[in-house]
Amino acid sequence: MKYVDEFRDPALGEVLAGEILGLVEPGRHYKFMEVCGGHTHSIYKYGIDDLLPANVELVHGPGCPVCVIPMGRVDDGISLAHQPDVIFTCFGDMLRVPGSAGTLLDAKAEGADIRMVYSPLDALRIAKANPQRPVVFFAIGFETTAPSTALTLKRAKAEGVSNFFCMCNHVTIVPPLRALLDSPDLRLDGFIGPGHVSTVVGVRPFEFIPTEYGKPISVAGFEPLDVLHAIHMILTQLKDGRCEVENQYARVVPYDGNPRALQVMSEVFELRPHFEWRGMGFISQSGLKLSEAYADMDAEIQYGVPGIRVADPKACQCGEVLKGVIKPWECKVFGSGCTPERPIGTCMVSSEGACAAYYNYGRFAREREVV
Amino acid sequence: MCLAIPGQILEVVDESNRLAKVDVAGVQRNVNIGLLDDDGDGVGPGDWVLIHVGFAMSKVDEAEALETRRMLESMGEDYEQELEELKASIIE
Repeated sequence: MKYVDEFRDPALGEVLAGEILGLVEPGRHYKFMEVCGGHTHSIYKYGIDDLLPANVELVHGPGCPVCVIPMGRVDDGISLAHQPDVIFTCFGDMLRVPGSAGTLLDAKAEGADIRMVYSPLDALRIAKANPQRPVVFFAIGFETTAPSTALTLKRAKAEGVSNFFCMCNHVTIVPPLRALLDSPDLRLDGFIGPGHVSTVVGVRPFEFIPTEYGKPISVAGFEPLDVLHAIHMILTQLKDGRCEVENQYARVVPYDGNPRALQVMSEVFELRPHFEWRGMGFISQSGLKLSEAYADMDAEIQYGVPGIRVADPKACQCGEVLKGVIKPWECKVFGSGCTPERPIGTCMVSSEGACAAYYNYGRFAREREVV
Repeated sequence: MCLAIPGQILEVVDESNRLAKVDVAGVQRNVNIGLLDDDGDGVGPGDWVLIHVGFAMSKVDEAEALETRRMLESMGEDYEQELEELKASIIE
């Protein structure tokens, strides 16, 4: 408790920022990736990058579940929503993500019965209230969200709810990180590890980052001080010549994650051979589908989907933003063709998306003034 | 959708489906607490949890919960939106 109280002391922010200044080598450029969209949001909201020395650069990672959904999957979802009698359910953020011929919101305006839900359990309730109609839940999210879908499917099966189906778009966090580390585009010096995903998977799955790639990582919480503290920890590792996984968010994240959540996931899901990510292409074993025991609830199997791969719009550079290769404001359509009101790319849709976060917190306007 | 919001468990309302009524900044709704069953004795009335899409994901102490709430409140619109979506939720 004492640690937590001290940790929240505002003066500590200044102390940390001061110490960070002392930890960096003046001639060296440091590039750290914050993996999780929640961190991106915090960084822009609180101006954390303004507190850092000029040679410490933060780049945004692929950890925003809405952002990584490719257009073809949106099209597949819309095709399910247009099936006769189907009630299509999804999280609110998904409604505005553009497919090749419009969004789910457009499909709703055309008459499809599309309903926003807060929880997969809300979708299950809708299925039980409408037993004569098929109810499809469009599942998205990393390991943070996948256990919730899994537990909901388990319950539906146990209760014999035969009109509840899932179109599974769940993804896993490690394969895209490996893909980024293997990519020649990006030279990273360390990672701010994702907090909420780690409550489920734990810290162990990130050990390959120091052991195989020689990069330090600190799993971090979402408060501004958490993020600063994680940067401090990574810089300290680099200065000491250490390279390991550290857990800045140990007050919430257990080293081994949540065994119950992992067990439920392994019962209900299995890995797809590959899954397409927006702007990143196909990544091996990065997506989940329903296991054979749940195949009768798999909307893709029961209804079939077009499954057509759709290239991202030419103007859209979400892929490069998701890989940290460019900053949101360096995208050709940022703030002009692509805004939160009329997004072209996914990163502008979700509030965890790097572009939306940057746009919403006025950083764009500020940069423009400076220029 | 990616927020984890703190709430306090008021009572377990459905033992077999592991549903509990929680209070999130005055909004009372049901959430599933089954993912925390392996965590010692699980969670029960009075405990604070971080809630994501209708499921309690982590048990936290009260100081952590209140501090997280304070930070979320300072986020403004996104937290309001999350609370609105929670209000529309009827988990049974």
